[in-house]
Amino acid sequence: MSAAPTPPSEGELPTPLVQNRRWIPRLVWAVPIVAAAIGISLLIRNWENAGPRITITFLSGEGVQVGKTLVKYRDVAVGRVSAVDLSADHQTVVVSVDLSKDTSSLLRADTQFWIVRPRIGVGSVSGLDTLLSGVYIGMKTGAATLGERRFVGLENPPALSHGPRGRELQLHAARAGSLAMGAPVYFRQFQVGRVIDENLLPDGSTRVTVFVEAPYDGFVRPVTRFWNASGIDVRLGADGLNVQTESLAAVLAGGVAFDDGPIEALFTAGGTPGEFTLYKSETEAMAPPDGDPRYVRMRFTQALRGLEVGAPVEFVGVNIGSVVAVDLGYDPREKSFPVIVTAKLYPRRMGQAYESLAAQGKTENEETLAAFVGTLVNRGLRAQARSGSLLTGKLYIALDFLPASARVAFNASIRPLELPTVNGTFQELEAGVGRIVKKVNDLPLEQIAADLHTDLKDLHETLSELHSRVLPNAEDTLSALHSTLDSADRTLDVESPLQRGLTETLSETRNTLQAVRELADYVDRHPDALLRGRRPQQMPQGPAGLSTGAALSSDAKP
Amino acid sequence: MTALKQSLELGLSLCRTCGLAVSHALLEVDRRCPRCQSRVEHRMPFSTEMTLAWLIAGIVFYIPANLLPVMHTSGLQGEADSTILGGILEFWRSGDWDIALLIFTASIAVPFTKFIAIGLLLLTVRKNSRWQQHQRTALYRIVEFIGYWSMLDVIVVALTSALMQFQVLGTAEPRAGIAFFCAVVVVTMLSALSFDPRLIWDRRA
Repeated sequence: MSAAPTPPSEGELPTPLVQNRRWIPRLVWAVPIVAAAIGISLLIRNWENAGPRITITFLSGEGVQVGKTLVKYRDVAVGRVSAVDLSADHQTVVVSVDLSKDTSSLLRADTQFWIVRPRIGVGSVSGLDTLLSGVYIGMKTGAATLGERRFVGLENPPALSHGPRGRELQLHAARAGSLAMGAPVYFRQFQVGRVIDENLLPDGSTRVTVFVEAPYDGFVRPVTRFWNASGIDVRLGADGLNVQTESLAAVLAGGVAFDDGPIEALFTAGGTPGEFTLYKSETEAMAPPDGDPRYVRMRFTQALRGLEVGAPVEFVGVNIGSVVAVDLGYDPREKSFPVIVTAKLYPRRMGQAYESLAAQGKTENEETLAAFVGTLVNRGLRAQARSGSLLTGKLYIALDFLPASARVAFNASIRPLELPTVNGTFQELEAGVGRIVKKVNDLPLEQIAADLHTDLKDLHETLSELHSRVLPNAEDTLSALHSTLDSADRTLDVESPLQRGLTETLSETRNTLQAVRELADYVDRHPDALLRGRRPQQMPQGPAGLSTGAALSSDAKP
Repeated sequence: MTALKQSLELGLSLCRTCGLAVSHALLEVDRRCPRCQSRVEHRMPFSTEMTLAWLIAGIVFYIPANLLPVMHTSGLQGEADSTILGGILEFWRSGDWDIALLIFTASIAVPFTKFIAIGLLLLTVRKNSRWQQHQRTALYRIVEFIGYWSMLDVIVVALTSALMQFQVLGTAEPRAGIAFFCAVVVVTMLSALSFDPRLIWDRRA
């Protein structure tokens, strides 16, 4: 482009100069080339990173936002909603999701999607973060074939969203109690899992599926017993008040607890692995196997208020059964209404006694057992209704040996077996209490009260007399005493005339006594003075005391 | 206007540094300006070629600049990547039409104007067109002037991501798109600089 004209005559050209600079504009072209390369590489990378696009059908698209709502697998974002449309029939919402790369292995035919919203249940709170961040779509992969791109979303999140390791167990129960989905499963009051499903089986019983997380699933062994730890188990029976609960959450939401069964269960363990019975309570679960029940009937001739169906039957203090029916019968011979109590007894609960009996062949069949019961009756076995708790007034049936009781005939052929009865201790107790009440009743309470009343009246009169007569006199006496004391006080005062006169008199007396002593001295020295009288006074030459004494004595001598 | 003589006819070249008109006779001896010793060319060498190269680079960079997100914000409201167009639409929808218009002007209108204007200038120069020479010169001046205003977007992103760092409450981070956009602005400015506006007036056979 150099416009400088060069003389064509010259052979050599200044071309080197121009050619030296030629590479600069060529280099400039590298800029768009590099830019294009960067752009293309970006495109390729973007295309490579793009994962599969799937559609999920939900009944409602509440909270789902295009471009913002994330799809999370194990709480990690793996995709983003790219479109939300209504289905052709306007019945469902079709959410299109762009998943990130490497997620195609998660997309199986049974992969589950659900919208995570905040949920506050009795037992748990979940999805609270979605309150601020908006909803997201949860994802749980399955195990079926790969390659699915169209899914139907769940309306409720699955109980186990993250597929933690552990074991699923089936529990069978007559009724599920207050168990709810997500209710906790406890092992020694530690939560180790939760209830994930509940089904009503065709036979009317319930099957509860629980999930026990690893490593706690190791505690579930063939001998394990499950029981319903729902709510508060309050039982008011002959044993008194019994309250049991597993935890506060279980009180509200129900729960399942499990533990090792009783020792006996170790030897009888069996059944399908992963299938367990769900017992109603811990005591029921932990009870040794009961075996088949035997029914007995008892005929009481006393009122049995407080005896309820389910009340325990104790044999020598061991609970071996329960009352199943309390009926009123009629005896046409005696025209009386006996109470007929039917109870079921589990002989196996007698433990070692049962085993030794079985060893002797006494439990082989109904006949041998009835014969054995007959011998026991002959030895004094009687049924007795006893008060289990004075507080509640509930009764239980005690089977005890009372050799003192009257002999009765035992018919071993009646089915169910009929056990002879004696009237219960509680009646005797009642009679005793009645006697005491009667004695109290017989006390002349009114007479005592009347006497007491009169006495009190007299006392009152005496007191009022004392008040009206004695007290004023006492007051006068006291005031007189007070004035007397007052005048005595005045008399004895230092300034009183009596006191002063007394002082002067004493002083006079002292002077007088001194004069008498001097006189005595003078007479002692001059006995003649008594006859001659006092000699005239010489020149004073003796001691001053003498002259003074003489002067005094002369003064004193009237 | 065409009556005015052209520098080539007068045998003069202008020094681009100190503005001295140097006669071609002097340049044949030494291609330096006798006053400031700068190199004197009659026209900028390879001007159209370099302009075109920069222009193409600018257009290529403009594609990822608009497709890729320029900023990533995360906070209590969730996370979001925003592209330039997406941001404009968001402002427009939320009622801030003035801000939307400003960003649209700076980020979409200005670069496009530059691409079209420089492309037009290159085309007409190549064709030695005499059409609207005055207007085309004015157009070049405008392109040169508005060039750096496109940096507005870059500054917005830079300031936002520098200021908005409240950890959980909200953070903003720049994304690749803004680098490409910055490249677009720089490359188109280089393109405008490489263009020699005197070519508009050159009459060549």
